[in-house]
Amino acid sequence: MDTKTRVTTVIQSVTEKTVTGDDEESLFESGLLDSFALPDLVSGLEKEFGIAIPDSDLNPRKFESVARITEYVESRM
Amino acid sequence: MAGIIGFGAYLPARVVTNAELASRLGCDPDWIFEASGIRERRYAEESVAELGLAAARDCVAKHPVEVGMVIAASGSAERRFPGPAATIASGLGLGGVPAIDLPMASAGGLYGMSLASRLTDVYGNILVVAAEKMSSAIGDDKNTAILFGDGAGACLIGDGPCAIVDSVLHSDGAFAEDLRLGLNEPIYMNGRSVIMQAARKIPASIIEVLERNGKIAADVDVFLMHQANQNLIDKVAKTLGVPSAKFYSNIAHYGNTSSASMLIAAKEWWQGSGKTICFAAFGAGFQWGALLASRA
Repeated sequence: MDTKTRVTTVIQSVTEKTVTGDDEESLFESGLLDSFALPDLVSGLEKEFGIAIPDSDLNPRKFESVARITEYVESRM
Repeated sequence: MAGIIGFGAYLPARVVTNAELASRLGCDPDWIFEASGIRERRYAEESVAELGLAAARDCVAKHPVEVGMVIAASGSAERRFPGPAATIASGLGLGGVPAIDLPMASAGGLYGMSLASRLTDVYGNILVVAAEKMSSAIGDDKNTAILFGDGAGACLIGDGPCAIVDSVLHSDGAFAEDLRLGLNEPIYMNGRSVIMQAARKIPASIIEVLERNGKIAADVDVFLMHQANQNLIDKVAKTLGVPSAKFYSNIAHYGNTSSASMLIAAKEWWQGSGKTICFAAFGAGFQWGALLASRA
């Protein structure tokens, strides 16, 4: 499974919603993610990819879309 | 070891319901509750110093001890200087006693308690006050305006029966712009950033202070946390693996009163049963921390 697919799986697991639309689409604007789901998404990504996301990287923009999350996760692997 | 002598609080009279606020902001009252757990808040006519003095009087009236220092936290004081600390001390008839301002928002009450616990050997009993008039700070941004209320809390620390076992304080100025109240402008909050950071840093600081004292979250009888948002309180409880019921909450009635909220919550809970008590707060700066206390 590629990184993008795994990221999408984590998002769907956290939000209990199906990810649709463009990879660049804002997950906040589409209503998939809200402020309180973000911490769970970060924890889910850490667990799925076995990475540690430092507090200094907890910038919502890094987690704005499937594409941005995928890019970020790959930079940490 | 310094101990908590007792708490005091003051809430202004005017109640602002979600319906009233929703009408002004053009939003749904039910959305306010779902987004925050808040049903109503108080708005003050009084100044920050007057709010703080009222809470201080409530505290010292119940616990009439000699006070050697006053520490007053506020992020919404009306002027750059002087802050409310000296005015509060003077109002209590404590002219001549050192009075220190902590120009801090949400974590101010916790910082005050932690600092006081380390200064009692020199100054004796220390009165910590946190007072906020957040209604003067909000603008028309509904995501922010729905959250805040006015109020004040106070805590006497010194020769008290509830020992302050330990505390941890932290800050990270890299996020200073994400939650700020500038001069002549309404409060700005990047809610996503604040929640992301708070949801991680609050549990981490609680675990830090517990672990270095040989305890785990399950050992704590009650958590008295800054009343920022009910959803955040629930998330912190979940992260720690303890029931939300262990977190005392009054946010439905008062909203987020910034630095005052934790002390107001403590005043309300203080007659409750429980030996091991954990305080925690997070706010602008970012500044955050946790404090462990234990009743005999």
